[in-house]
Amino acid sequence: MKISVEHIAKLARLSLSEQEKELFSAQLNSIIVYVEKLSELDTKDIEPTSHVLSLNNVVRDDTPRESILRDEALSNAPDHTEKFYRVPKIIE
Amino acid sequence: MKYEAVIGLEVHAQILTDTKIFCGCSTKFGSEPNTQTCPVCIGMPGVLPVLNKKTLEFVIKTGFAMNCTISPYSRFARKNYFYPDLPKGYQISQYELPICEHGYTEIVVDGNVKKIGITRIHMEEDAGKNIHESASGGQGGNYSFVDLNRAGVPLMEIVSEPDIRSPKEAAEYMKKLRTILRYLGVCDGNMEQGSLRCDANVSVRPAGQKEFSTRAEVKNINSFKFVEKALEYEIKRQIKVIEEGGKVLQETRLWDSNKGITESMRGKEEAHDYRYFPEPDLVPIMVEQKWVDNIKSSLPELPDVKRERFVSEYGLSEYDADLLTDEKPLADWYEEATASYSLSLSGSKIISNWVKGELTRLLNEENKTIEECPLKPKQLAEMLTLMDKGTISGKIAKTVFEEMYKTGNDAEVIVKEKGLVQISDESAIEKAVDEVIAKNPKEVERFKAGDEKLIGFFVGQIMKLTKGKANPQIVNELLKKKLL
Repeated sequence: MKISVEHIAKLARLSLSEQEKELFSAQLNSIIVYVEKLSELDTKDIEPTSHVLSLNNVVRDDTPRESILRDEALSNAPDHTEKFYRVPKIIE
Repeated sequence: MKYEAVIGLEVHAQILTDTKIFCGCSTKFGSEPNTQTCPVCIGMPGVLPVLNKKTLEFVIKTGFAMNCTISPYSRFARKNYFYPDLPKGYQISQYELPICEHGYTEIVVDGNVKKIGITRIHMEEDAGKNIHESASGGQGGNYSFVDLNRAGVPLMEIVSEPDIRSPKEAAEYMKKLRTILRYLGVCDGNMEQGSLRCDANVSVRPAGQKEFSTRAEVKNINSFKFVEKALEYEIKRQIKVIEEGGKVLQETRLWDSNKGITESMRGKEEAHDYRYFPEPDLVPIMVEQKWVDNIKSSLPELPDVKRERFVSEYGLSEYDADLLTDEKPLADWYEEATASYSLSLSGSKIISNWVKGELTRLLNEENKTIEECPLKPKQLAEMLTLMDKGTISGKIAKTVFEEMYKTGNDAEVIVKEKGLVQISDESAIEKAVDEVIAKNPKEVERFKAGDEKLIGFFVGQIMKLTKGKANPQIVNELLKKKLL
């Protein structure tokens, strides 16, 4: 399996230089090769698992809790105005 | 060539909870931007989402109302895409193993009942809201602004089978869905405020062809008015493409209500590659049978059942029953009025006429819903009793009704205060009859010459003279006696 770095980058809205493409492509593919080792296991008789915990049905009641202050929330963003997160223009 | 449209709808309904789906932030609409967020819903690292139990309960409720099976094992999935209104870079949704599957609902189109299959109903979180330069006052022009109050608000997505064959059926289906959601109290059904949104998958095929053709997805149908219009446009467009020898592309199109057309999102849209995988932060849901049974038994009487009951129990026409059961509070109002008036069938029809006539008119004039109606059902019943007793005439009743609606006073009080008691005293009415006859010699002559329609004119004049209070029966009798 080979990862298309360009495709992944496009999905994540990242523009990569040729150098980066090569670098990340090599890194991602080595990760894939590493994980692919798992497919050597015979899992014929094993139920698929999506969660490692043996927990189910963790729910909370519909009771409001304090939200955090707007300033506090916005302060984590690279760019914001007094009331909004500010991002590069989305539509033409 | 004749074509047939094939339509499937994906409806997003905002679930009426007080808090978001995975955190305790408020879902209140219209608050100051970015004041209802916390580390969970703005996607800070290291936080853990926890499912709001009410979300689950409301979706299961809806599942039952749509004749779905409730999955004994269900889980969440991450839908990955990159957009500024999605702080985590993925939306928590359901993919395989949604909570409800394999349902249906029935719609009535041109008198025929039709079953529309429900593929699935699943839970997911809403994204935030993007505001573009022009909307926020236009500073600079190179930015968009993000409000994350809506991020994490619970939604259910109701996906229909491609069973819909016309824009009209689609509109009926939407109406039906809205009615059910409102009956259940799980969604307010307000399309204009975005609490009910609809995307449509549309394709056309030559009549008789079994296979589906390539479909386009129409998004942004944000008002009830536009469901039919947007689909009509899209169907016509696809037929034209085919007849001109072209091919319908599989693409997403946006409905533009100002231009009345759908437009391709070409280029503007992110590639559809969501790379779904099970959400590791949320544990699976294995609903307890007892709890689910409880939810099922708590369901209210649903619109279809209520409508049929209104027909059989109150002797109403299908049409009237449909009107009265469209909104549960209206149906409740009607039933309360009927219960306090009379057990006879004619009584329930009379109430039906007042509710869909005068009451609806007055409510519409002020843009009020039945829940805001100042008039109590019992008050209508009492007024009708006054009519039956002959205290007021049918004509005066309209005045009394309006007055009751405006002041909230009982009919009896209004009738006394305004002196609206019907005149049934024959001699008093006779005086008015004589006066009208004396004043209109020409009309009298024409009437005697055979122009019998003029009887209405005379009745009208007498009513005018008595301010509508004369007992119409006595007026008619006297007129006939004097003129014939």
